[in-house]
Amino acid sequence: MFRKQECVAMLLAGGQGSRLYALTRRIAKPAVPFGGKYRIIDFPLSNCVNSGIETVGVLTQYQPLELNDYIGSGQPWDLDRLDAGVHVLPPYQRNRGADWYKGTANAIYQNMDFIARYDPEYVLVLSGDHIYKMNYAKMIEAHKANNAACTIAVLEVEMSEASRFGIINTREDDSIYEFEEKPANPKSNLASMGIYVFDWKKLRAYLEADEQNPDSSNDFGKDVLPAMLAGGERMFAYRFEGYWKDVGTIDSLWEANMDLLDPKVPLDLSDKDWRIYARNTGLPPHYVADGATVQNSLITEGCNIYGNVDFSVIFSGVTVEEGAEVRDSILMPGTHIKRGACVQYAILAENTVVEENATVGERPESCDNLENWGVSVIAQGIKVGANAVVLARAMIEEDVQAKGAK
Amino acid sequence: MQKNQVMGLLFPNMGDSTLGDLTAHRSVGSTPFGGRYRLIDFPLSNMVHAGISKVGVITKKNYNSLMDHLGSGKAWDLSRKHEGLYYLPPRGSDHLYEGRISSLADIMSFLQASKEEIVVLSDCYTVGNIDLDQMISHHIAGGADITIGYVHTTLRGAIDRMLVWPDQDGRITDIVFNQAEEAEGNFSIGLYVMSKAFLIRIIKDAIGRNLTHFERDILQKHIASLHIAGYEVKELTMMICSQEQYFAANMALLDAEVRNKLFLPGRPIYTKVRDCAPARYGLNSVVSDSLVGDGAKINGTVRNSIVFRDADIGRDAVVENCVVMQGAIIGERAQLRYTIADKNVVIREGRALQGCESYPIYIAKNTMV
Repeated sequence: MFRKQECVAMLLAGGQGSRLYALTRRIAKPAVPFGGKYRIIDFPLSNCVNSGIETVGVLTQYQPLELNDYIGSGQPWDLDRLDAGVHVLPPYQRNRGADWYKGTANAIYQNMDFIARYDPEYVLVLSGDHIYKMNYAKMIEAHKANNAACTIAVLEVEMSEASRFGIINTREDDSIYEFEEKPANPKSNLASMGIYVFDWKKLRAYLEADEQNPDSSNDFGKDVLPAMLAGGERMFAYRFEGYWKDVGTIDSLWEANMDLLDPKVPLDLSDKDWRIYARNTGLPPHYVADGATVQNSLITEGCNIYGNVDFSVIFSGVTVEEGAEVRDSILMPGTHIKRGACVQYAILAENTVVEENATVGERPESCDNLENWGVSVIAQGIKVGANAVVLARAMIEEDVQAKGAK
Repeated sequence: MQKNQVMGLLFPNMGDSTLGDLTAHRSVGSTPFGGRYRLIDFPLSNMVHAGISKVGVITKKNYNSLMDHLGSGKAWDLSRKHEGLYYLPPRGSDHLYEGRISSLADIMSFLQASKEEIVVLSDCYTVGNIDLDQMISHHIAGGADITIGYVHTTLRGAIDRMLVWPDQDGRITDIVFNQAEEAEGNFSIGLYVMSKAFLIRIIKDAIGRNLTHFERDILQKHIASLHIAGYEVKELTMMICSQEQYFAANMALLDAEVRNKLFLPGRPIYTKVRDCAPARYGLNSVVSDSLVGDGAKINGTVRNSIVFRDADIGRDAVVENCVVMQGAIIGERAQLRYTIADKNVVIREGRALQGCESYPIYIAKNTMV
């Protein structure tokens, strides 16, 4: 018997994250490391716990192994609860047939039994590719106050940027009258954050109807939300103020990490009242050697820094040898930068090795053609050979060696 | 050896009187160490790595910080349905344990109800990543009544610490409680392996004879009739018998070789998880030869120091040869040399404090300077 929950959160974590290319070759996007000791999924999971939401379903599909291991019992987030807690929900075979999750709405549809056992009033739908701190309880309060069928969290973006987002057009009371996906001429600057609160009974009815519609792509944004609007349901925008970033691309992932180094960016990871929880590595404190310089950087447990680190985010267990330079870069767990190597404007995935005197990435000012400049990415476990050069914007998925080297 | 045949007993209060103000309000076991640990993390992790899944913590006094640290034992993988971590505080309110014997007598029913056949007893003042499995096997193979773990070392100020003399077969033939200011020899590290039956027998016997001191009244007095074996611990160990040694042991972690021997891949030292953000280095930070815990904020200069989790080093502050514990705040332009700043100490802007290597200044928990 499951205790009734006022709200159940469903976290969509099945996306491939294809625009992160080499970084999501072996892991799902929500499992991508972020901010020195976190993974992207730590943000929505911690937000849930801090908002008092005790039941979270995590919908996985693409490369689920590492994500499943990471979530485990949910203990790091205090989500190893007696009859609530975090539940990993992969697609499964049923009495009649089996389907992969066809779309975001279908993923929830396939797990309606999971939601139903808690008999909730509301369902909170989240995605696993955003970095932000948000009190969902306040959003649910607004949802209740508006007596809404659906509430969508929105962020005010620059009008000039609005055509990059799903835009929500509202009346004066923030009730929604129109959705526009990436409009050429936006009427408002309210961008959808991909965070929805639904009245569970209404959601259930619309998901069932959507499933019956052969023309539907079974997606919230494309199908279910427009259907609700067309059905005359009360839909409201909930204005969020604060830091929010979609980290679905290499550039935005790099920027969001760098934002953590900017004291002006309102995303405080050390706020004791709103901690972001993560699975612990169990490594000793990090060591900074005599002769090393470390400035304006985040560094975490198990690192050994003998070289120079500037404007960088260094994850656990990283070694930067003497004379090595790391600037404006993100070094994910276990990377090893050897003597004399230089890494700049780069993201190095887990356990990569940059051999002696190799160079990874370029500064924008030293790039001949700024059009070709971009952050360089090295995939998990790759070795960059001694003296090898990896250019700006390169996406390295196989070991590289210096020209002429054997 | 079957793993479920061994249980552990930890004595976090042993040596409380040797660390001065550091243990005014806490036990040796809960004394912070090495940027993120407490001393009990070492013997407790060693027990867990030897497959011991039942550990009793015999607390005597000042154990709030210890219980807060250990919690359910989850971080050591000891929050189990079957066995796990047991707190064994004093039973009666009108007496405190005089020594190891009375504290063991107090847990007699716990011992008798345990089905494990072998008991590992450990004090908490020795830092080391010690393979207890090997010591237990050595004990079983040797057939001794009791096996004492010792290290061959030179110690200053280790008054009343137990020195043992093993013969060529490893049997202890002499026990002396050191009285020299500086002594070289085989120091017991407060680590014993014996059968539970033997432990129960000697404790009952000692209570019947009104004896109080385990080492003096049992081991030393009965050295001829008991088979007492020595086991030399070959792993890197640091015994902490004084505030000076506490400081030195922290500083020793700045040596990569020491860290590599203490923090072994596959044999981590477990500790309480605090969910701090990564350490943050500001634009003007200058850091060299230092160990820095997560959540630390560094905007000044730090040299040859241990900076614990959530410590805050202000702009233009200078911290050299210091141990700065969790949550301590070193204000702008403050200068600290050879100082141990305990938890949540606040050093105001511009203040200067200087100790020396053999006598570091100690600033008590929650003090504002």
